[in-house]
Amino acid sequence: MKIALNLNDKTSVVEVDDPQMPLLYALRNDLGLHGPRFGCGLGQCGACTVLVDGNAVRSCLLPVGSVGQAKVTTLEGLGSSTHPHPLQKAFIEEQAVQCGYCINGMIMQAKALLDANKHPSDDDIKRALAGNLCRCGTHVRIVRAVKRAAQIA
Amino acid sequence: MLTSTLPRREFLKAGGSLVVTFSLAGLLPRAASAADAAKTVALDQVDGFLSIGADGAVTCYSGKVDLGTGVRTALTQIVADELDVPLDKVSVVQGDTSVTPDQGPTYGSLSIQIGGMQIRQAAATARAALVSEAAKRLNLAEDQLATRDGAVVAKGAVDRIAYGEIVGSKSFELKVDPKAPVKDPANYRVVGQSVPRLDIPAKVTGEFTYMQDFVLPGMLHARVVRPAAMRASLVSYDDSAAQQIKGFVRTVREGNFLAVVAETEWAAIKASSALKAEWSKWDGLPDEDKLWEYVRSTKINHSDVLQTVGNTAEAAQAAARKLSATYDFAIHTHGSIGPSCAVARWQDGKLTCWTASQATHLLRRQLALMFGVPQEDVRCIYVDGSGCYGRNGHEDAAADAALIARAMGRPVRVQWTRADEHGWDPKGPPTLIDYRAAIDASGNVVAWESEVFIPDAPKTIQVALVAAELAGSPTDASHPGNIQQSLAIPYTFPNVKATAHRLAETPFRPSWIRTPGRMQNTFGNETFMDEVARAVGADPIDFRVRHLNDPRGVELLQRLAVLAKWQPTRARGPSAGGIVSGRGVAFVKYELVRTYVGAVADVEVDKKTGRIRVTRFAVAHDCGQIINPDGLRNQIEGNVIQTVSRTLIEDLKFDRSTVTSLDWASYPILTFPDVPDVVIDLIDRPREKPWGAGEPTAAVVPAAISNAVFDAIGVRLRSVPFVPEKVLAGMKSA
Repeated sequence: MKIALNLNDKTSVVEVDDPQMPLLYALRNDLGLHGPRFGCGLGQCGACTVLVDGNAVRSCLLPVGSVGQAKVTTLEGLGSSTHPHPLQKAFIEEQAVQCGYCINGMIMQAKALLDANKHPSDDDIKRALAGNLCRCGTHVRIVRAVKRAAQIA
Repeated sequence: MLTSTLPRREFLKAGGSLVVTFSLAGLLPRAASAADAAKTVALDQVDGFLSIGADGAVTCYSGKVDLGTGVRTALTQIVADELDVPLDKVSVVQGDTSVTPDQGPTYGSLSIQIGGMQIRQAAATARAALVSEAAKRLNLAEDQLATRDGAVVAKGAVDRIAYGEIVGSKSFELKVDPKAPVKDPANYRVVGQSVPRLDIPAKVTGEFTYMQDFVLPGMLHARVVRPAAMRASLVSYDDSAAQQIKGFVRTVREGNFLAVVAETEWAAIKASSALKAEWSKWDGLPDEDKLWEYVRSTKINHSDVLQTVGNTAEAAQAAARKLSATYDFAIHTHGSIGPSCAVARWQDGKLTCWTASQATHLLRRQLALMFGVPQEDVRCIYVDGSGCYGRNGHEDAAADAALIARAMGRPVRVQWTRADEHGWDPKGPPTLIDYRAAIDASGNVVAWESEVFIPDAPKTIQVALVAAELAGSPTDASHPGNIQQSLAIPYTFPNVKATAHRLAETPFRPSWIRTPGRMQNTFGNETFMDEVARAVGADPIDFRVRHLNDPRGVELLQRLAVLAKWQPTRARGPSAGGIVSGRGVAFVKYELVRTYVGAVADVEVDKKTGRIRVTRFAVAHDCGQIINPDGLRNQIEGNVIQTVSRTLIEDLKFDRSTVTSLDWASYPILTFPDVPDVVIDLIDRPREKPWGAGEPTAAVVPAAISNAVFDAIGVRLRSVPFVPEKVLAGMKSA
């Protein structure tokens, strides 16, 4: 079946065998968007986070068939290396990456935070990112990057 | 041939053959200047490490790979500086067995110390050769020439020959000269600078190609169905339900190895749950509640004395006071955020594996053994993965993919699940250490003894491939890494003995996880050191300084004391609402021969709940010459935070049959609200060798926390992780 997604401000159509397939696989395998990442498939780590109507959502658990006309934004929808979004720019400036596997989730979760709270404190940021796991231990830089993004946005 | 199936995006033609490369940012393909089939991978040849194209582009071929630590950027800096070329003219090809020299696995904090220095020497040799050739062409003496901006230039004149003109795409045909002069450190332009990481822009925009993103045309997707018990046998399986799933291709079974293959990833996932498998019963794991009794009663294959000074037994006899304690350190999993993934393809009996392995050359040997093919018929190509922190599941995923691809006759991608990664990656083995110290009537330590109980190590450092074990294919015994390291101490006690007891068995496939053994041993050493210092009424920093005959170590501890604003006689923090603060110190001279690290931990202990919060870490770090200070800070911060997690929380759970910590709920790691601040004093010594920095800091973290908790509440934590139950139990018995 064909499913039309309102994705990164465009309509993207995917042909899927099973509408129960999580959105993550449609984004990664059918649409070639590698920003969202597979980390657990359980909604525990946050690596797959995308925005759905502005809310940070774990795309590994969201059936592609249930997205409907909701507005989906992925990391690629924020910006590119030539035209980075303020959050992406801040992560580059703070060098807030080690292996970078979790960073998609950090940026997308932070986007949802900054949309709701323009000037978060360190504690606000830590609370907002509490459900996003990083194994390399880049946390202190990530908090600085989100703070910097709030200042430059 | 490779051309027929490989996507243009990943591969480009280069002089009639193909070299697989990724650009600096891992984004765009770039052709290497040497053809892969012809390119030497010899460690003693300049061409093994470097090539310069006609356009002056420099390619560095590194057997060491960037595991998310910034090594790619640091190597780029080293090459650019030594060759005097702009940074953006240098690209790094990593871990491709066809084109990169075998510089050993990327482990042990050796990528810069060993790998980088081999490359630096190759670059220095190349620069000397370029100058020599330019001298002939310009008819000038070599001392009238300098190198600048990718060219040999005549001093005080306009004559200039670009490297590209001299070398073109030709090879150097030159042995690496160990005596070729490297630059005077005063003249480095980019070494020692915080050059921004080259991979980060692509990683924050979704443009980076991770292993998990890599695709081949016609590639199938597979999931492995794991045994219900670790060493269970497959009795039977029924894939009739799986066959009803659209896109399902077939089941692959070889011995106890079972996998489902499908045209799409989602079909493979669904098929793996639809498949019904019956496994034999197996319950050969020890009782988790009696793990330390199990370790202590395991047969000792042999005991190795790692350090002997004087005679501890004699000294202890005459001593006025004796101290003894036992330390243990739990089993840990690597916990990569991205589960392991690999793509494999067989063509004409030859295997190519795309893998995030930290050790592609070693993996090639292991795959050749597993499949009974010559090593020359196996090529392993590194693609950046999720951080692995040691030998995790990347190599096993490669073996899975190779086994399934052979059965299918098409390229196969295997993506491990979260449960695969937690349950089936090899584990940091349980570690048990006994300590004894003897103190004379004047309060001098006269004897120090340690005995560690760790798995035995076969000859070669490698971990058995799980697919080979399940399929009954040839594979080697698993090696736990050099986990005896750093049990020997740097302190000048008159009598010292450190012994490693090598055990015949350990519950899980052992492997190395960041700071393997050095973390466990330094935890024991530096916490027992605190016990001894307390016993003689000494300040723990002063006590260490007094027992170091090593000016560099002393300077480090003194700078640490300044950084942490250490107060020798500081009164224990007041209890506010049952929360007490404390601070503790720990020190290591890594493996007694390299990087020095000292740390002070600040903690808060909730006496009601037993919960420990690490609020701040102060770290003084001396790894000699620093290549990239900000990259180094990033690594130190990561070492601290990851190890706070391992120290406070992490403990692999299992029943008698298998691992039961199969997700992040059953094996939690530290999250943002509990992350400490990290302050760092980097001691740069540009004229010293650059030592490793990827793991030494982690070594001091557990002891610093344990010592801080003792400072706070007077409870000595000798068992990692420091979960609240242990703190409460310690308070009860105190």
